Amino acid sequence: MKTFNIDSREHYRNKVFPSPFHERQAALNENREWSRWYDYLSVPAYTCSTMEYFAGRNTCGVFDLTPMTKHRITGPDALTFLNRLVTRDMTKVKPGRVGYSVWCDDRGQVIDDGTVFHLHEGDYRLCSQEHQIDWLLINARGFDVSVVEDTHDVAALALQGPTSCAVLKKMNLPEVESITPFGLKHFDFEGTQLTVSRTGYTGDLGYELWIDPDHAGVLWDRLFEAGELHGIQPMGSEALELLRIEAGFILAGEDFAPAMHTVRHRNTRSPFELGLGWLVDFDKPVFNGRRALLREKAEGSRYALVKLDIEDNKPAEHAYVYDTRGRNIGWVTSAMWSPSAKKNIALATVETPHGETGEKMKVEIYYQRELKWHRKMADAVVVRDAFWDPPRRRATPPADF
Amino acid sequence: MTEHVVIIGAGHNGLSCAAYLARGGMRVTVLEAAGQVGGAALTREFAPGYRVSAGAHLLYALDEGLRRELALDRYGLRMAADSLYTIALDPDGQFVSVANGALGGPGAAAADQEAMALYHRQMNRFADIVWGLKDQLPPRLGTTGRKDLFALGKLGLRIRRLGKNDMREFLRIAGINLYDVLQERFESELLKGALSLDGTLGTFLGPRSNNSVFCALHRFNQGRGYAIPAGGMGTVSVALDAAARAAGAKIRTGARVAGIDMEGDRVRGVTLEDGEQIAADLVVSNADPKTTFERLLGLRHVEAGFADRVHHLRTRGCVAKLHLALDDIPQFCGLDGEQRGQRLVVAPDLQYVEHAFNPAKYGEHSARPVMEISIPTVHDDTLAPAGKHVLSANVQWAPYDLKGGWDGAKDAFLDTCLDVLEEYAPGIRGLVSASELLTPADLEAEFGMTGGHWHHVELSLDSFFMLRPVPGSAQYAAPVNGLYLCGAGSHPGGGVMGCAGRNAARAVLAGAA
Ligand SMILES: Cc1cc2nc3c(=O)[nH]c(=O)nc-3n(C[C@H](O)[C@H](O)[C@H](O)COP(=O)(O)OP(=O)(O)OC[C@H]3O[C@@H](n4cnc5c(N)ncnc54)[C@H](O)[C@@H]3O)c2cc1C
Repeated sequence: MKTFNIDSREHYRNKVFPSPFHERQAALNENREWSRWYDYLSVPAYTCSTMEYFAGRNTCGVFDLTPMTKHRITGPDALTFLNRLVTRDMTKVKPGRVGYSVWCDDRGQVIDDGTVFHLHEGDYRLCSQEHQIDWLLINARGFDVSVVEDTHDVAALALQGPTSCAVLKKMNLPEVESITPFGLKHFDFEGTQLTVSRTGYTGDLGYELWIDPDHAGVLWDRLFEAGELHGIQPMGSEALELLRIEAGFILAGEDFAPAMHTVRHRNTRSPFELGLGWLVDFDKPVFNGRRALLREKAEGSRYALVKLDIEDNKPAEHAYVYDTRGRNIGWVTSAMWSPSAKKNIALATVETPHGETGEKMKVEIYYQRELKWHRKMADAVVVRDAFWDPPRRRATPPADF
Repeated sequence: MTEHVVIIGAGHNGLSCAAYLARGGMRVTVLEAAGQVGGAALTREFAPGYRVSAGAHLLYALDEGLRRELALDRYGLRMAADSLYTIALDPDGQFVSVANGALGGPGAAAADQEAMALYHRQMNRFADIVWGLKDQLPPRLGTTGRKDLFALGKLGLRIRRLGKNDMREFLRIAGINLYDVLQERFESELLKGALSLDGTLGTFLGPRSNNSVFCALHRFNQGRGYAIPAGGMGTVSVALDAAARAAGAKIRTGARVAGIDMEGDRVRGVTLEDGEQIAADLVVSNADPKTTFERLLGLRHVEAGFADRVHHLRTRGCVAKLHLALDDIPQFCGLDGEQRGQRLVVAPDLQYVEHAFNPAKYGEHSARPVMEISIPTVHDDTLAPAGKHVLSANVQWAPYDLKGGWDGAKDAFLDTCLDVLEEYAPGIRGLVSASELLTPADLEAEFGMTGGHWHHVELSLDSFFMLRPVPGSAQYAAPVNGLYLCGAGSHPGGGVMGCAGRNAARAVLAGAA
């Protein structure tokens, strides 16, 4: 059963829909708070975002991914279509593999980032942060390809954390432990197909589970049964936000302004300016933004996205960034105290040529103590690696925790 | 080694480009799908013994510099008539003539004489701004390149130099519709009707559509009037062909390009319909932009934003071409012998013209069309058997995408055309021994221009100069390494002019330098 039928004349009466997991979520949602994530209700925090965060790092957390925008791309030209769309070389993403990428407009400015799942030979799922169907259909002209948005036809859960593999093994998914990072496998499950990919937004061991909405409830139940002794917890979007910042992952609309929603051209970013130059493959003869990006590579970028390690423990949210001589060179886009790294961390945009690893900067932090405002010019240093990147994220098979 | 350039299409612009490239030292091969050169600038038989300029029939835009530089006269270009003026036909013989800003004929209103002189003076000054751009490489926007800024500055300066009053008038009317401007200035309905045709001919616009003033300016040629080449419009192309060959270009007819070949991110050559592959360092396309990118290259080879702009190019042709073989010279009401050789216009008033346009919006042809008529045999007896005549007319509006298709509708439309002609030249039906009506669909089939469009791509302010055909290929170079455009779809647009071909050659030579 679909969540809702877009063809129904009544669909406009409802703007926001319960996800196929809604009943299960509602039963556990002690806060009784809901937020909106595009067409769906989403849970910010079931009980306490900090506890849910720790589940993600110490046991495992379950996050409802259904609202994520999903597309199915099939047809003889599916691969060439994707290769023109995204910046990286999709021929390297074989069936059973997943590729993270960004896609740009002709100016080489990032429209969105997302993951492409090569489900079967020539059959792809593209997940995006923003709604993309218009742009995808524009891109499809001249290709023998079918592109449909199937957000409402696929229920999805993220299962993230060190015990996640143990939970899936307990669900009797044969050889689930053999899935390597960015791999996927299909399983028979309760008379339907369950797809498990070793992907996620937390920088840790974790999986994403994809199933038809009719089987959403039973998937949730079986997962929580299997996870009972493995510390499984439902996880809300606030916890996920903390996990992704620690992992150093960027978020459209937060760490960069998606090109399609940006009126002032200067405010968009290229992949190079987001630290994603490794995703740009100029060996491909054509992809959106290639000509502009070649120019940028030759002439230099305007901005750099950096990870900052900041002194003290006051989160540097929305802070200005200065060079050591006190000149304003940028601003923080995401920040938090990282319990796992035990560091005060941030993602920031700075003007080039700033942003070299090891460069010292200052961050202007405003914080409140019992309503009284304080200001602090904190020392910060640019670091290269993600703040949280445990070996278990990559180990195959994952150890039992 | 000298670079090998393949030019797709031997339209007059392809030939002009070939001549300049060959003179610039390039090795040039022109591949033309049709059996002869010229594209829509050609003369051909349409009935046994009767020949006609089957596309363009009146010459008003041919670049004089190009004519001299390529020594076209040495290669046979000669005018059978020039300085032809416009006569607005009237069924009662009360016609009005407009010759270089002066009104004549029994229908001319005294009150309009002065207004016409002023209109003529101003439109010519304004048109100078448009024409002044025609042999300029359009600047790129948003760069700080000196050439780009200089070109933009020059445009600004040209406008500034009009002086306060004319500049204000130019800025006021350049983007608006001709209907309003004509209503402000003139009394005579007939005169207004005829002048309004200049703003709409060849475009998907009525007199009340914005942009029609701009289109009228695009046709204003400093009062030089219209010319008819001896032997028809094909003579221009034949002369260009000879000039290009003399400069060393190879020109092959009957060679239809099926696709542009790529190697990595560069063009490598072209493949003909019969499978023959021809290698090239550079490919220049005289085919229209839609044909070039959608069919010959494939949108997959360009980035999606650019592909989207190409997809949305407006290419709905709306002019049909009517050819009549006549046993005798038709008697147009009130006209004497010399007058019948002028540019004759059926556009009796503004409402009539606007009403002729309206149905086109909904995929229907005019119930009572407007016409631009020429009887070239008045000046050139080589086109028809002795004593016989040929009538050639551009007829509007006949939309390319006629509801229900043209197949069943052509005969009726031909009949409509003859009915209208009969009103202005009683008895003409009886003189017709053969006829041919080319709808935009026929023009597309014969000349390969998408939609049968006169300008390849609608001519309007949003697709002119640095915006033509679309941003990203307005400097003749396509956003594909080694590929260029050189046809009417590029700046400065359609009409037998030759400038797009020459400018493209300059861009190619500058790029290769
Ligand atoms: C009905 C009509 C009346 C007109 N009347 C006038 C007029 O009176 N006065 C005037 O100045 N202008 C007039 N025009 C406009 C003028 O004819 C055109 O703007 C001009 O001829 C365009 O020249 P071009 O060389 O750019 O393109 P074209 O003449 O269109 O030439 C393009 C050439 O490319 C060739 N080609 C296309 N695809 C391929 C392929 N795949 N392989 C090989 N070759 C290919 C075509 O066969 C053609 O020869 C008229 C146009 C029309 C349609």
